[in-house]
Amino acid sequence: MKRRDFFKSAAALGVASLFKTNALGAALSGKQLKVHAGPDLVAVMGGEPDVMLERALKELGGIKNFVKRGQKVVIKPNIGWDRKPELAANTNPELVGTLVRLCKEAGASQVTVFDHTCHDWKKSYTNSGIEKAVTAAGGKMVPANDESYYREVEFPRGVNLKKAKIHQALLDCDVWFNVPVLKQHGGAKNTISMKNLMGIVWDRSFFHSHDLHQCIADVATFHKQPTLNIVDAYRIMKSNGPQGKSESDVVKLKSLLVSHDFVAVDTAAMKLYSQVEPTDLKDVRYIALAEKNRVGTQNLERLNVKRIKL
Amino acid sequence: MKSLKNIRVVLSLLFFLPIFLFFIDFTGKLPVQLHKLLSIQWIPALLSLNLIVIGILLLLSLLFGRIYCSTICPLGILQDILSWKSRFFRKKNKKNRYKYAAPSNILRYSILALTVIVFIFGSSFLVLMLDPYSTFGRIASQLLRPLAIWGNNGLAHISNRLGNYTLYEVEQVGFVPLAFGLATLFFCLIILLSWTKGRLYCNTICPVGTSLGFLSKISFFHISIEGAACTHCGACERKCKSQCIDSHALKVDDSRCVTCFNCLSTCKSGAINYRIRYKKETAEVVEPKGNNSRRTFLVTSGAAIASVALARTNKIVGNNDSMLSRKPIMPPGADNREHFNKHCTACQLCVTKCPMQVLKPAALQYGLPGIMQPHLTFSTHVFCTYDCNICTTVCPTGALIPLPIEEKKVTQLGIATFRREKCVVYKDEKDCGACSEHCPTQAVHMIPYKNGLTIPEVTADICIGCGACESICPARPYQAIYVEGISTQHRAKNPSEAKKFNKKINDFGF
Repeated sequence: MKRRDFFKSAAALGVASLFKTNALGAALSGKQLKVHAGPDLVAVMGGEPDVMLERALKELGGIKNFVKRGQKVVIKPNIGWDRKPELAANTNPELVGTLVRLCKEAGASQVTVFDHTCHDWKKSYTNSGIEKAVTAAGGKMVPANDESYYREVEFPRGVNLKKAKIHQALLDCDVWFNVPVLKQHGGAKNTISMKNLMGIVWDRSFFHSHDLHQCIADVATFHKQPTLNIVDAYRIMKSNGPQGKSESDVVKLKSLLVSHDFVAVDTAAMKLYSQVEPTDLKDVRYIALAEKNRVGTQNLERLNVKRIKL
Repeated sequence: MKSLKNIRVVLSLLFFLPIFLFFIDFTGKLPVQLHKLLSIQWIPALLSLNLIVIGILLLLSLLFGRIYCSTICPLGILQDILSWKSRFFRKKNKKNRYKYAAPSNILRYSILALTVIVFIFGSSFLVLMLDPYSTFGRIASQLLRPLAIWGNNGLAHISNRLGNYTLYEVEQVGFVPLAFGLATLFFCLIILLSWTKGRLYCNTICPVGTSLGFLSKISFFHISIEGAACTHCGACERKCKSQCIDSHALKVDDSRCVTCFNCLSTCKSGAINYRIRYKKETAEVVEPKGNNSRRTFLVTSGAAIASVALARTNKIVGNNDSMLSRKPIMPPGADNREHFNKHCTACQLCVTKCPMQVLKPAALQYGLPGIMQPHLTFSTHVFCTYDCNICTTVCPTGALIPLPIEEKKVTQLGIATFRREKCVVYKDEKDCGACSEHCPTQAVHMIPYKNGLTIPEVTADICIGCGACESICPARPYQAIYVEGISTQHRAKNPSEAKKFNKKINDFGF
């Protein structure tokens, strides 16, 4: 390493650590020591998914701030269920499609999308509308239904989860976006950004048999942090989650939350959700456990939060 | 006349290839409508009492003889392909290798009589075992399909490594040794017989072939040899894969002739023809069977009694207390055990079409008569998809009654049973809820337990027995929640809908 490079890195590291622990991780994982002084969390309300996404990214300095020419990008939405978009069981296809388009426009060499689904993967990819939106925008859907697509990764900071097999597309990419949908959830109480990580893992049953909440908090310590968590709250599922039964379970909040901080964005999402279905944040145990794992902060006061109503 | 053979070959391939590919197709890309080709098979048509198809097949047989055997039956065509292939392994002078052989009347009439008698006594066991279409289905699904998937997976593995995801690996869930073994046995038998004796299987073992033999004896058109023109060269006899042409006696055994027309295209003197039977004096076929009839009858009735007894045994296995003891879980649309066991010929079509691979051929779960009939076997991520009714739509025999998707969603295949003492929430006092998470109707839902924990509860009357809960329950090897089979499928109650939220939210809440 050259002397000049060393100083550059050291200075950047210093600045990064001033903000908060997670910014450092995010910065390092992006293979670039760029620190953006913009907001830590952007919340947008009142627009269509594509409009809200573009607005939120604008606040964060634009997509070019995160995706460089020639980079391999992975987008991980929630595509867990063989359900149509109106039932809000999966991430909004328009949101995912827009993100693919923006990444391609920023010069990404390829944009790959997958989820380890709960229902039949082909039916879920198709009926969620995500496959169509992704391929139309120039992205690529890859399967995640076979163990051979996964490679083992250590989780040194994990309490119960010490290692897990993670999808190779994610391990081999340069940048990745975590794009969950906000839902009520029978097991984890609610599923937002951290719970969405169960779809990058092969053996999910380990989570259920080794304290689900702790394992979710552990998987959030994944060394390769997402560049951004983009929480889809355009339609949310307030009951019978995570699959839902009918459109009565769905509430249209027309909102979007974006942050690099898992804990902060899940905390904010729970506060938004509680206006529909009052929920004690403590019951969503993995949020506090993740904070304990030093994944992020629940204290939104300490963060630079940008709220935008369209 | 000589082009008849070519027409037969083209027609048979037009039937065979789509059926073959439909069974092999593991991507779900072929249209489901192809299943209509299977409802025009003899046994499925008879079992589903499809009068139009039965009428057409009867008419065809009465007009042209056994053209079902030569152009429609996939097992027949498979044998033709095998015996045709075998030519490449023979010395040139032995290519036309057949020789007239007397029919094995005792055997073929016994098998037919047995099959019919056992069916009348209420068991489809022999129909299931001997229906040629279903035998083909089992060979295709148990042997050829897995081979195709292995091939695909090998290619997919390489191309995925190189970053191309057009091909993807297909996991093969579950292996049923009994079904595999029986399919292998029949396949070996068919290879052996077709390789050496042409259509001997169709003319001795197959009950459909034997029955159609009665019709082809009186069919309007038939193959006959004109003595005056014949040079007794014996070419037709050597070419006849049914071994039913006696070129010395100038006789054709119509009951065994599958109207393949190979003899027509090989005869140089034009002595052998496909012509109207009742034009002039008919060449009476002498059946060397009179002296055998008493013995045939005795053997037949003895065997019939034995197999009725055997076929009626209804042993249910799996009653081991430590296991998930249960009745077999029938596919949607099976209605009740009696109807299902009687109509299903275990052709495995639904098994190959099931996108979740939850349908598997049974071993002895239904007892011996229901061997290889499909049942649901749940394993991790393998359960009956809520929004899917494909098995009920493709069934050619009517064993599965077609269910519209909305009706299938409330058809109860079994009932989830919760065993609290094995549950993670009870044992470890930790949140789990995987069962409820996967339950499409929320028949399995979480209720407050203690310390903010929630524990599953089952509302039986809205449970449809899809097995999602059992498939995902982390308590292993004995799940805390499992589906208990039922003998009659009921209509489950419609799950109640959640209360709609109508207030407008204008704030972020933080």
